[in-house]
Parts: sequence; structure tokens; C-alpha cells
Amino acid sequence: MDILHVKRVYKSYANHTALHNVSLRVPQKSIFGLLGPNGAGKTSLIRIINQITAPDKGEILFEKEPLSPKHISQIGYLPEERGLYKKMGVGEQALYLAQLKGMSKQEATIKLKQWFQKFEIENWWDKKVEELSKGMAQKVQFITTVLHEPKLLILDEPFSGFDPINTNLIKKEILELREKGSTIIFSTHNMASVEEICDHIALINKSKKILDGKVKDIKEAYRSNSYEIVFEGNMIAFSNALWTSFEIISTHIDNGRNYVKVKGTDNRISVNTLLATIINDVRIISVNELTPSMNDIFIQKVGEANPEDLSEE
Amino acid sequence: MNKINLIIQREYLTRVKKKSFVIMTLLGPILMAALMIVPVWLGMKDQDFQIIEVIDETGLFIDQFENTNTLRFEHQFVNIEFAKDSFYNSKYTSILHISSSDKQSKAKMYYKKQPGINTISKIENTIEEGIRNIELKKQFNITKDQLDKINPNVSVETIFRNADGAEETKSSAISTVLGFGAAIIIYMFIFLYGVQVMRGVIEEKTNRIVEIIISSVKPFQLMLGKIVGIALVGLTQFLLWIALTTIIISIAQVALNQAIDVADTATIEEVMKAQGAGNVDTSNMGQQIQEIIDEIPIVTLLISFLFYFLGGYLLYGALFAAIGSAVDSEADTQQFMMPITIPLIFSFVVAQTVIQNPDGAMAFWLSLFPLTSPVIMMVRIPFGVETWELLLSMFLLVLGFIGTTWIAGRIYRTGILMYGKKITYKELWKWLFYKG
Repeated sequence: MDILHVKRVYKSYANHTALHNVSLRVPQKSIFGLLGPNGAGKTSLIRIINQITAPDKGEILFEKEPLSPKHISQIGYLPEERGLYKKMGVGEQALYLAQLKGMSKQEATIKLKQWFQKFEIENWWDKKVEELSKGMAQKVQFITTVLHEPKLLILDEPFSGFDPINTNLIKKEILELREKGSTIIFSTHNMASVEEICDHIALINKSKKILDGKVKDIKEAYRSNSYEIVFEGNMIAFSNALWTSFEIISTHIDNGRNYVKVKGTDNRISVNTLLATIINDVRIISVNELTPSMNDIFIQKVGEANPEDLSEE
Repeated sequence: MNKINLIIQREYLTRVKKKSFVIMTLLGPILMAALMIVPVWLGMKDQDFQIIEVIDETGLFIDQFENTNTLRFEHQFVNIEFAKDSFYNSKYTSILHISSSDKQSKAKMYYKKQPGINTISKIENTIEEGIRNIELKKQFNITKDQLDKINPNVSVETIFRNADGAEETKSSAISTVLGFGAAIIIYMFIFLYGVQVMRGVIEEKTNRIVEIIISSVKPFQLMLGKIVGIALVGLTQFLLWIALTTIIISIAQVALNQAIDVADTATIEEVMKAQGAGNVDTSNMGQQIQEIIDEIPIVTLLISFLFYFLGGYLLYGALFAAIGSAVDSEADTQQFMMPITIPLIFSFVVAQTVIQNPDGAMAFWLSLFPLTSPVIMMVRIPFGVETWELLLSMFLLVLGFIGTTWIAGRIYRTGILMYGKKITYKELWKWLFYKG
């Protein structure tokens, strides 16, 4: 089932179009990567989902119901540009934000104490935010985002400003929250983290969605049918063996070993065919399929989008 | 609604708990009380004890000078030269030498300690009155008591008569003070706390917490909560100031009571006489003041004060919030502050003209226009304003407040998410028509 269904959403500001006919389905319990270069319209879409702004056209369904203010308490949002009241105490502030999300004071206090313990920051409760470092403040922000156990968690560039240790901590928490039943929308242009944790993605460029689906399927679709073979033996024998089924993309020799990248001329070719072709001619050390990284796909897709194709209203 | 309450609570509590608030709340009344008490206290300190040796060659003023607890007259029947010679080592602070009772006579005063202007005018009055009494007796053969009996005491009472024949008395002196005082307070309140609203909005924007909050509440709720919260802070401070000032002044009064009682009533009478007020019946004057106060519509005044106090603040507060949302830092507010501060300063300046002519056309129109009415109407009310005018003005203020809040809300919800962009008026205008 889809927790969120964005249907043909349009949004434009005075002199630019932020979203043009964008439709998305976010499956329940998924980690959904919302990707796109800066200014593509990701934040506009996220603000619409958070009901900060309304779409000009189109509809959004939350668990099959049109999005309405009652859903606010079921969504947690960590904006890209985030901060806290500097002069306010950490605990006091976290309580305030939790209550704004509709939690009772008692409930919020109990849960906050648990989270503070988990992150080992109990002694920060009475500190003022201005006394915290940026990384410390990020932890507090993360807690206030997830405290009310939202069904849908929207994280806009969650790892910006985090050190590797905190990044890991947050990653772990995100996966744990998914286990508990939350769905996570994860907006970023950091492709490495997408590959690591997302199972679905949508790619938005210049206010239009240009790609979406399961990460696995997309990678499959963008398979380049290329392999890297490492072998010992005669290079000429190797290329003769390949014959017309493969073409050689690159070669280099290191320490008596040949590292060769090849591309199949036919899409039906598999590792088996490759092995069968060369197994008698050289001593194979390893064969790897060269799968495209999300980064490659991202750059390829965004590069393909020619600015002239975009209709400007 | 519950969320607005939370916001109001936060805005209120974080401000009230601030050190600067506590300090200002305590310091304000002390400063205000000091402004009232210190001059009195200094004046009293100035009047140290004086003993005046009176050498009266005419013999007409023996026992005519009235002793007070800071001033004592002692008559000595010695030669002036002798008195002068022994003056420096005597207990006397000055010698009063009266040599003739001519109408143009000049008495002389030798001092080692400068006598105050009050002392001198007191002496002058006593001598003048003595000579006047003698002349009355000599020329017209009447005594002072006889003259006092026929001395008239006339005042002109101004009475307003409306179309229905109802009459009411209006008096200007106290009305002026009341109206102007109320106007100043409203003016200051709008400015002080309006700017606080603006700062609060800028703070939220630059801290980047605003997006987190408006994912939980509507921007309009946040704005309104902030405006109301700060209004309550202002009211709290205002009420505390009144209470503390009253307490401090009453304590000071008790402490200085005796001295003030004796010295002051005497001094006031003396000064009035010196200024040529002639025979002032002080008890009668008190009664007159009481009557004037009775005639001023106190209840209307209080209710409308609260109304314009809050209404004016809400109207301007919304505009200040809109400015705060449109800029990135306080330094950028200048260009937008102008159109807000101009009507406010204008109404304050014009208030002085309005007092001269509280029923004039300018007074009438400015007291209806919502941007100027909080100040101007308060100036007019103590002089009496027709009920329909008052109600119309209040109604327009409510409309104005709804209008500015609507406009501000639209600018606000776009502005708070806009960073790093120089905003122009044209842009603000466009924001008004964005879809939520």
C-alpha cells in the first residue's frame, strides 16, 4: 500500500515553475529517496507534503485520504535549513516542539528522556541551545523530528553538517524506525547514501519528475552490460576468444595481470556466456559485472534533460 | 486553538523570564518614581533652616512675619549698623532691614546664606500687605477684613449644549494632561512592543527554526501567537510598572510626609500669591478639581484606553511582523519601517494641534482613520466625544486590524521561507496574491 500518493501536482511562483505535473507513489515502510539537483523542486514538493504551502493544481493522498491538517501529527519533518531557538533550553524547546505536534506534555517528557538517554545527552536538558555545537544541535533536531513517532518521516539532506559518527548513528536510527513501521522520504543529492539505504527513488529535475521506481529495477534498467575481467595470459588470445560478442572498452596491465573492461554487444549476454567464451584461453582471476552507480544514473539523466525541452509557462 | 495557546505561552514565558525584562520592570518604576520624588526631595533639602533678624524702623511689621519650621523671624530693636557689625558672629542667617513704609520702599536683606526665592517673595508679600492695609485705612478708612468681604471670585464655566438640549461641562487643563498622557503611553507601547514582534520574527527566521514550526502550525497561527504573546508581556510590564511606581511613591510619601505637608502647602500658597494669584481659596480649589475630574468620562476613558492600547498595538504589531518576515536581518528593515513609523509619528505630532481644537475637522478624521486613531482618539476622549464617533472609530480600528493582519499574514507566510533575497515593494505586492 502507498502511504503517500502525489497526483499531478503543479506549483509555480511569480517567475518560475517549481513543480510541473509531478506524480509519485511512496510505498509504506519504504525508504524513499527524493533526488535532484539544487533548485529542482524537491523542497517545494516537501513543503506541499508538509502543508506549509498548497499546490496550485493536483492532489495528495495520505493513506488514501486527501491530505489535511489532521495528518500533521503523523508526519515528521527535518528541513534542510534547520535551527532552534538559541536562547531556549534544550529540554524545554524539545517539549515545546513535541507539544506543537500534538503530544501531551507528560508523554513528550517520558519519550524525550528515553531518547536523550539513547543518544547519551541527558546532561544537555538544561543547557541552552547556543551552548551546543552544530552536531549536537543536529541530534536534538533529529530527536524532535521523530519523537512523536510519525508514520511518515521527511528528512531533507539529513546528513549535511554531520560528522561520520553521527551520520552512522542517524542511519542506524532511520533503519530502526523503518523496522518499526515508519516510511521515510529522504531528500538528498548525496548519491552514496541513496545507494546504501534507499529502496525507492524519484528523480526530479527542473520541476519535472524524470525517473522513479525501485532502486533495484532502475539499476537493472540502466545495466550497461559491461564486465571487468582480471586474468593472466595472452591478451591476443583473449581478444580473439571474445570475437564479436564483446567489445573491449579498456585494458591495462598491472603486475602481470590484465584488467580488461568489456561490453556485450547483445543484451541477452550474461556472466555465464562471458565465462564460456574465455574460459579455455586465459586463467581467470575474477569477473565482475559493472553496474552503474546511482551517481552515474543521476548524472546521465540530468545531463540528458535538455533545457530547451522544458516548457515554461 | 490549543497550538496558538502553546505559542502564546512560549512567547510570553521566554520574554518574561529574561533578565532584561526583570531588570527593566524593576528599574522602570524606580526611575519614574525618582523623576517625581527627587525634585521634591532636593527642594526640601535646599530649604535649610533660616533665622532672620528683623530690624523694622517703621515698627509696622512687628509680629507680621509668619514663622514656619524652616524660617524664623526675630525682631530686634537695635541700630542697623550695630546689627551689621555683629552679624557675622551671630546666629542669624540674614538681616532684614525695613526703613520706610512708602509704597515704593525698598527693604534690604543682608545675608551670609542665600535666602530662597520663596522666602523673599514671602517677605515681600507680608510687607506689601502691611502697607496696603495701612493705605486702605488711611485713604478709604476700611480694614482688610472689610475688603475681603467684597472681594469677588469669578470664573467662567464652559458648558457644551448638544442638539437635544443636554448639557455637560468640559474642562481643558486636566483633560489635556489625561489625553496626552494616554496618547504618549499608547504611542510608546506600539513602538516598543511592535519592534519586539519584528525582532522575534527575524530571530525565528535567522535561527531557521521557522520551517520546523510551520510544519506543525499554520504560519498565521505562529504570527498571531507571537503578537498576542508579546502584547501580554507588554501588559504585564505596564501593570507592574503602575503597581510598583504607586508603591514606591506612597512609601516615599510616607517617609517624606511630614516635611512635605508643612513645607509644601506653605510654599504653594506663597508661590501662588507671589505670582499674583491673589486670594486663592485652597479648599475651594480642591473641590473644583474634584468636580472637573467627576465630569471627565472616567469609565469611557479607561475602557477606550484599553481598547486603543490593544487595538493600536495589534494593528501595528501585524505590520511589524510582516516586515520582520520580509527581511533577513534587522539592518534591512529600514526601507519598510518608514511607511509604518510615519503615520505613528505623524499622529503623535498632530496630537498637540488636536488638543487645541479637539472637535475640529482634522481631529475628527484622524480619530477615525485606524492608523492614527489610537493616538488621536485618546487625546480627544477626555474632552468628550460623541458615542457614535467613538463606536465608529473603534469599529474602523477593528476592521483596520483585521485588514493589516490579513495583509501581514500573506506577506509573512511567504517571507519567512525566503532567504538571501533583497525584497522590494513590488515583490511584497505579489506575495499578497500567492495561493496558500
